Amino acid sequence: MEADWLKDAEEMVLKSRIKIPYTWYVGETGGRFFVDIRDNKRITGTRCEKCGINYVPPRKTCGRCFSDLDDSWREVGPGGVVESFTVVHYHEVSHPKDPPVIYGLIKLDGADTALVHLLAGVEPGEIRTGMRVKAVFAEKREGHMKDIEGFVPAEGS
Amino acid sequence: MEPVAIVGVGQTRYERQKRGDTFADMIFEVTSKALEDAGYAISDIDNVITVSNDFWDGRTISSMAVMDACGAFGKCVSTVEGDGAFGALYGMMRILSGQFGTTLVVAHGKGSESAMNLITNAMFDPVYQRPLGLDAISSAALQMRRYMDKYGVTERQCAMASVKNHANARRNPLAQLPMEITLEDVMGSRKLAEPIKLLDCSPITDGACALILANGDRACKAEVAPVWIRGVGHCADPFFLGDRDLAECAALRTAAKKAYAMAGVNDPKAGIDVAEVYDAFSYQELMWTEGLGFCGPGEGGELIESGKTATDGELPVNPSGGCLSAHAMMVAGLARIAEAALQVRGDAGDRQVPGAKTALAHGVNGPCGQSHCVFVVSSELG
Repeated sequence: MEADWLKDAEEMVLKSRIKIPYTWYVGETGGRFFVDIRDNKRITGTRCEKCGINYVPPRKTCGRCFSDLDDSWREVGPGGVVESFTVVHYHEVSHPKDPPVIYGLIKLDGADTALVHLLAGVEPGEIRTGMRVKAVFAEKREGHMKDIEGFVPAEGS
Repeated sequence: MEPVAIVGVGQTRYERQKRGDTFADMIFEVTSKALEDAGYAISDIDNVITVSNDFWDGRTISSMAVMDACGAFGKCVSTVEGDGAFGALYGMMRILSGQFGTTLVVAHGKGSESAMNLITNAMFDPVYQRPLGLDAISSAALQMRRYMDKYGVTERQCAMASVKNHANARRNPLAQLPMEITLEDVMGSRKLAEPIKLLDCSPITDGACALILANGDRACKAEVAPVWIRGVGHCADPFFLGDRDLAECAALRTAAKKAYAMAGVNDPKAGIDVAEVYDAFSYQELMWTEGLGFCGPGEGGELIESGKTATDGELPVNPSGGCLSAHAMMVAGLARIAEAALQVRGDAGDRQVPGAKTALAHGVNGPCGQSHCVFVVSSELG
């Protein structure tokens, strides 16, 4: 509990930051996923035949039945449906842009899991759960999640 | 299962910023309080579990940095990186191993010293999700909307948990945010990540909690009436948010069923007198009451509206004020167990639920309630 004397006390703190370079190997499965997006503007996933689940992003193993999912690649999207979304109003250095930032859970056509990504090209008030969207790929692609710029409305597609 | 009891609890007051206390200061305070509660000396503690998170503490192997403060010198110390409820689970297992008669479990967290959104952003996969900037609040917002969409639960029903729990906190001298607020206050509070508003969120908190567990023989030597762990269950949902239906809490259902089966609770509505659940966000209290079987799927909104989960209701939920009124990271699940123990001992002061004999406590790890741990504790050994 804050004692009374603390109210007038000089505050001694150490201000610093933790900043450590790190390199994450994306793995064989992740590598193939990103190469397909970068070189072919194609989004892919892996399928577990046993569970009947198409995983996007692709998984090397099925978390449910522990099967190896190598050689089970399927193309999905680039269209899909918004399963949920949020309009974020606060600033944060981790955000890719100034607010409003709109995130969506998008179930791509042919996928059984939803992908978290950015929604763009739409007024925040016009987004609805269940609306159809499609992926927009970055002009310059580098084998990164941001090679997909985001998802824009695609009614009727 | 061999009987294991909670024989000592210690908590700090929970505050937005504890300027006077370092991590170690908080740990020393709660360890001393728990020992005093039990009537134990530090030499009565056979082994220690520390609960902490390196990102929150700003150092690696953070668990070892508080060893002095919890009297662990010369003892076997092990660590849980995750919510304190899982620390209590591990502490209980160590006693069940037969190697130890008592375990001290300590958890600490100072949200004030770091950057909440940046740290919760770091819990997501660094390759697929983290670059998008997602954090605890924005991911919870995706869950809240999905939950409301699927079941027709309303924002106002979710807001009721905030009104109720902040009001309950007025009877808890340890709570950070005792407040008398209205539904309109919650609904009109600042929009953070729609549909989540400021008053739907738990606060950033500094605090610590300690629990002393003992086997049957050693529990008899404590000065306090033992609180018996009658049942425990734990289960995890998939890591990727898009792999599960966020409107459901399958892992919690499984965890609760295991805990009830072990405790011999056939119907939680009848068998549980009071529950402390991990309400990191208002809507989560509604979802978790469904997962715990206090109502059917999608009925969490109606349940809170009915008043049954109010302190004077049939099944009071979070009489302490819950996480919405104090949410020290890593600590909050252990605090739920401490509160449950105080309730069944009849030592919960102004927040006491009269006649409570059997209580439920619930801890959560991971985004959007990925992993759950459920304890059923009772003043009776059964």
